[in-house]
Amino acid sequence: MNVELNAVNKHFGQVHANKDITLTIPSGSIQGILGENGAGKSTLMKILSGYFQADSGSILLNDKQVVIHSPADAIRHGIGMLHQDPLDFPPMKVIDNFLVGGGERHRGGDQHRGGAVNRRGNALFPNYKQIIKEINELAGQFGFAIDPEAYIDAMTVGERQQVEILRLLWLGVQVLILDEPTTGISTAQKKKLFSTLKILAEQGKTVIFVSHKLEDVEVLCDRVAVLRQGELVGISFPPYNTDNLVSQMFGKLITPGSRIVCTRDKPVLELHNVSIEEYRLSIQDVSLQVRAGEVIGLAGMEGSGQPILLRTCAGLVRSVAGKICINNKDLTGKNHHVFKRHGTAYMPASRMEEGLIPGLTLTEHFVLSDDKQHGMFIEWDKAQRNTEKQIQEFNIRGRPSTPVEALSGGNQQRALLALLNEPLSLILMEHPTRGLDIESSIYIWRKLKERCRQGAAILFISSDLEEILHYSDRILVFFAGKVSKPIDAASTTVDQLGQLIGGKGWEAA
Amino acid sequence: MLNKKSLWTMPVSFWHNIGFQVIAIILALAFTSLILVMAGAPPLLAYKNILEGAFSSSTQISNVLVAWVPLLLATTALLVTFTAGLWNIGIEGQITLGAIFTTGMLRLLLGSDLPPGIIILLGFLAGMLGGALWAFLAGALKAFGGVNEIFGGLGLNFVATALTIYLIFGPWKRPGVGSMSGTVPFPPSFMLPTLSGLRISLWAIAIGIGGLAIIYLLIQGTYFGLRLKAVGRNMRSSFLLGIPTTRYMILSFIICGILAGTAGAIQVTGVYGRLIPSISSGYGFLGLMVAMLIAYRAIWVIPVAFFFAALNIGSIRLPIVLQLDSALSGILQGSLVLFVLMMSGIQQRFFNNKGEKHP
Amino acid sequence: MSTALIIIGLAGVLSAAAPVIFAAIGETLTERAGVINLSVNGTIILSAMAGFAVAVTTGSTLLGFLMGMVVGALVALVIAFGSITLKQSQVAVGFVLALLARDLAYFLGNPYMGSSGPRLSKLPIPYLSEIPIIGPMFFRQDIMTYFSFLLIILSFVWIFKTRPGLMLQGVGERPAAAFVRGANVNRMRYFYTILGGALVGLAGPTFSLSIKAGWKGTISGLDGIGWIALAITIFGGWNPLRAAFGAYLFALLQWLGLVLQPSLPGIPSQVLQVAPFPLMILTLLLVNIGNTEWVERLLAGLPEKTRHFVAKLLRSLRVSPPASLGVPFEQE
Repeated sequence: MNVELNAVNKHFGQVHANKDITLTIPSGSIQGILGENGAGKSTLMKILSGYFQADSGSILLNDKQVVIHSPADAIRHGIGMLHQDPLDFPPMKVIDNFLVGGGERHRGGDQHRGGAVNRRGNALFPNYKQIIKEINELAGQFGFAIDPEAYIDAMTVGERQQVEILRLLWLGVQVLILDEPTTGISTAQKKKLFSTLKILAEQGKTVIFVSHKLEDVEVLCDRVAVLRQGELVGISFPPYNTDNLVSQMFGKLITPGSRIVCTRDKPVLELHNVSIEEYRLSIQDVSLQVRAGEVIGLAGMEGSGQPILLRTCAGLVRSVAGKICINNKDLTGKNHHVFKRHGTAYMPASRMEEGLIPGLTLTEHFVLSDDKQHGMFIEWDKAQRNTEKQIQEFNIRGRPSTPVEALSGGNQQRALLALLNEPLSLILMEHPTRGLDIESSIYIWRKLKERCRQGAAILFISSDLEEILHYSDRILVFFAGKVSKPIDAASTTVDQLGQLIGGKGWEAA
Repeated sequence: MLNKKSLWTMPVSFWHNIGFQVIAIILALAFTSLILVMAGAPPLLAYKNILEGAFSSSTQISNVLVAWVPLLLATTALLVTFTAGLWNIGIEGQITLGAIFTTGMLRLLLGSDLPPGIIILLGFLAGMLGGALWAFLAGALKAFGGVNEIFGGLGLNFVATALTIYLIFGPWKRPGVGSMSGTVPFPPSFMLPTLSGLRISLWAIAIGIGGLAIIYLLIQGTYFGLRLKAVGRNMRSSFLLGIPTTRYMILSFIICGILAGTAGAIQVTGVYGRLIPSISSGYGFLGLMVAMLIAYRAIWVIPVAFFFAALNIGSIRLPIVLQLDSALSGILQGSLVLFVLMMSGIQQRFFNNKGEKHP
Repeated sequence: MSTALIIIGLAGVLSAAAPVIFAAIGETLTERAGVINLSVNGTIILSAMAGFAVAVTTGSTLLGFLMGMVVGALVALVIAFGSITLKQSQVAVGFVLALLARDLAYFLGNPYMGSSGPRLSKLPIPYLSEIPIIGPMFFRQDIMTYFSFLLIILSFVWIFKTRPGLMLQGVGERPAAAFVRGANVNRMRYFYTILGGALVGLAGPTFSLSIKAGWKGTISGLDGIGWIALAITIFGGWNPLRAAFGAYLFALLQWLGLVLQPSLPGIPSQVLQVAPFPLMILTLLLVNIGNTEWVERLLAGLPEKTRHFVAKLLRSLRVSPPASLGVPFEQE
C-alpha cells in the first residue's frame, strides 16, 4: 500500500513537533526514518498510526485520502505500529494477546488469509484450535519459534516483538511501522527481524523503520528520510554516505564561548569493573576515574543505559559486581543516603516526579534540604530570609511562598540547583537543561562551573551534542549497554560523536 | 497500587471554593431530608430533635463532649497518617488494642496501693503502647511486606475485635458467665474524675485538645512534620532529598497508634469503665470521615468533630421520640463527605483548567 | 456426629457461601476492569434491607432480589461516576459509601424490623437429589444457591474463555494496550463496575430472604461480610474459581467453628471466625514481597545463579492484581 503524507503539521502547545512534513512511501519498500530524540519521528508515526490527529495536512493510502481516528481505526485501514515497548499484556498468553480486540474480521485484501476469517469463531467464543493453527503457520513463514500457549512476561523483548509483528500481520496490516525495534534484542533476533522485514517488503507490504541506529538503517532500508527539529531535512538512497546522514541528523556545530577547565588531581569517583543488571539492559565491566573539578558527559540515545550508570554512582541502584569509591572510600553496596553523606548529589530529569515535591513551597524545600538542623522546631522567619537570599542568588522567578509546581521549568531547575548542599564532591545530573531556553541553560552551567571550581566533579547525561561537546572534559558514549572508553571532548567533532552514538566505529573507541 | 487523588490542589479563588462547599452542604441536607420523607418523617422536626438531643441541657452537652474527645483523638491520629499519604483504615483496631491494654493494666493494678492518679496514668501509658503496637504491625506489613495498608488494616481490625470478644468471654469474663456487657466494671477510683453530676471529665477534654495541639505543632512547626508532609506528597523526591522514607512511614503509624490508643484508654477510663465488645464505637471510621471532610486541615478538627459528635448524641432520642433509627446522624455525616468529594471533583474537572496536561 | 447431620451441615455451608460468592465474584469483575468498589459491605446491608422491604410489601421474593440488584447497581454507579468521571479517589468514595449505605439501611429499614417476610423455599431437583450424599448436598438447595453455582461457571468462562472477557482482562492489565486495540476503557469500566455492583446487590437479599431471613437491623450479623468478600476477592487472585473456593472455605470454617465449639473449649470460636483475615494478609505478603526495594537490593547482592533463581521464583509467586487497579485512565 502506498503511503503519502502531505504537509503534516502538529503542535503541542508552543512546541511545533512536525513542520509541514511531506513524504511518500511506496509499497514494497522499507523506509527508514532517522533523527535525534525530539526530532519529531515518534509524533509523525503516532499520527500515521492513529494515536494523534494532525493539526493540518493529509494522509493518503493508495491515493485515497483517509482520516484515521484512533489506533483501532488505523488497523482497520491496514496500518499497524510496533512500539518500542510492545503494547502487549504481560500476564497473558500469546494466544490471548492475539485475541484481545481483534481477529473476527478485517478489511484489506490478503490472499493468504482468504476464508480463514470465518473459521476463527464467533463474537463470543474464539475458535482456539483454528487460531493456534494460524499463529503457527504465520510463525513458520518467518522462522519464529513462538509457542501460542506461552506467557508474554516470560519472553524476551525480541520474542515479544515477534509476537506483536505476527499479531499485526494476522490482523491484515499492509503498513507496518516499527519504532526503535532493535533496542534490547540480541544480534540473532535482529538478523531474524531484518529477514522478516525483507520478506514482508517482497510481499508488497510497506515497512517503516524508525531508528537512531545508523548501521541498522543503512543495512536494511531502501530509502532513508532524516528529520531534525520537526522538519524533513533530506531523503537518501543507497549507497548511503554516513557523514551526510550524520550531518543531516545533528546539524552544524555552533562555536560556543571558550572552554573552562578546572580539573584537579584528587580522584573523586572511582569505578572498578562495575557491572549492573536491570530488567532489560545490563552494563558490563565499567572502569572509570573522575577527578575533582572534572566534567564528564554521558552521551548516547535514550535507552542506552546512561541513567542506570548514573544512578549506580549515586547508590540508588546496587551493582552486581565491582567496586565504587567516593573520595577514596569504598561505598559499594551502600544506599543513597550514605552516598549523600559523602558528598554526592543526584538531580533527576523528571523535576516534578523525582526532584521537587508538588504542594510544597520554595521555603519548605529549602528547609528540607538544609542538613544543619537547629533543634526540633523550624524557624520560619529565618527560613524565609534564607529562601529570599537563594532566590536572588539563583535568579529564580518566584517568591518564598510559591508552590514549586507553579514555577516554570527553568526556574524549577534553578531551584533544584539552589537546593544542592555545600560542599559537594560529586554532582550527578540527568539532562540538566532539558526543555530550557538558551538563557536558562547558560545560567545553569555557569552555576555548575562555579561548583567545579570549588572542587566538585560533575557527571551529566544529555541528548544535546553541542552541550556535551562544549561543557565536558571527557565523554563516555553509551550504546546498547556498552560504554566507551573516555574520549577527550576538545578533540572530538560532532560527526565523530554522532557516529559513535549511532553505533558505528566502536571497535576504535 | 492505589492512587490517592486528594483535595490537596486547591484552586486560587477562595470564594470559588467556599461556593462549592456550600453547595455540597445544601445537597447533603436535601438528600437527608429526602430520606426522611421516604421514611415518613417530617425533616424539620427530625432536625429540631437532634439539636435538642444534643444541646437542650447541660447533661446533654456534657454527653456530646464525652463523645467528642475520642473522636477528636482519632481524627488527630489520622491527620498524622494522612500527612504521610496513608489510608490508615486500621485505626479501629488501634483504638481497640489501646482499650485492651488499658484494661489489662488496670486489672493488674486492682488492689494495689498506688495513688489513683498514678494508676490511671499507667493505664493510659499501656493504652498508648497497645495502639502503637497495633499500628506498627500495619506499618511493618506495608513497609517490609508491600501489603497495602487498607487491607492490612482491615484484617487487623477484625483480629482486634475477635481478641476483644475472646477476652470478654474468656480470661477476663465476669464471674459466672461471660456477657456482652463486658468485663467487670472498674472501681470509680480508676476512672477519670468528672465534673459533678456530669459524665464529662475535664481531664479527657484536656487530653483531647492537648493531643491536637501537639500534633498541630508537630506537623506545622517541626522538621519532622515537614518531612512527613514531603513523604506524603512525593515519596521518591523525598528519598532523593535525603529523608529516610521508610522510617518516617513507620513513625507516622506509631504516632497515630499512640493517639488511637489514648482514645481507647479514654473509652475505658472515661466512658464505659470496662472493656466492652465494640469498645472503639466506630470512632475510627468516623474519624476518617471527619478527616476527609476537612481536607486534612488541622484547624477544622475541633468544630467538625464536635458537630459530628453532636449529631451522634442528638440522634439517640430519635428512636424514642420519633420512632426513627439513630443512624440518621450517619446519613447526614456520610452524605456531607460524599457531596463534598463530588463537588470537589466537579470543580476540578469543569472549572479548574490548571490541571490540563500536554502530551 | 452422624453422617446425615454432616451432610445437612455441608449443604448449609454451600448455601451460606452463596451470598459471599455473589459479592466476591461481582467485585472480581469490577476489579478486573481496574476499579475498586470498597462499598461492598454497605451495599450488602442496604440491598438486604431493600430487598426484604420490597419482598414484604409485594409478597414476591423475585421483586426483592431485583430490588437488591438495583440498589447494588446504583451504589456502584456513584462510585463509577465519582472515580472515573470526577477522578476522585476510588478508596475515598468507596469507603464513604460503605458507611453511608449501611446507615441508610438501618434508618430506612427501621419499620421492617422483626417483620416476617417471604422466604425462598428449597427446590430439590428430581432424580439428582436422590443420589446418595451428593444429592442432598448439591441438589436440595434454593434457587439462589443454584444460581451461585451457575455464576461461578459463567463468570469463569466469561473472563477466561470469551473474547469480551479477554478484553476485560486487557483493560485491567494495561488500559493503554487495550485502548490501542479498540477498547473504550472508561465505558467498559462503568459497565463492569455497575455489573459487579448488581451482583453484590444480590448477596444482601440472599441473606434477608433465605439464610438469615428477616431484617433485624444492627444485629443482623451482616456487618463485616462485605469486607470479607473483598478479602476473598484478593485471596482468589481475581479468579472466580479461586474466589469461590475462598468463599466455601470461609463458610466451612464458620460452620466448623459452630460445630466444634463445644468439643474444643480451649480454642476460642473467634479464631476460626476471624481466620480469613490473617490468611488474606499472609497471601498479600507472599504475593508482594518480591516488589519491595529492600528485597531488590538484597537480590543484587546475591551470586548470579542464585539471583536469577530467586528472581524467577518471586516473579512466579506474583499473583498480581490487575495492573491498573485504582489508577484512573487518561487517554492521550
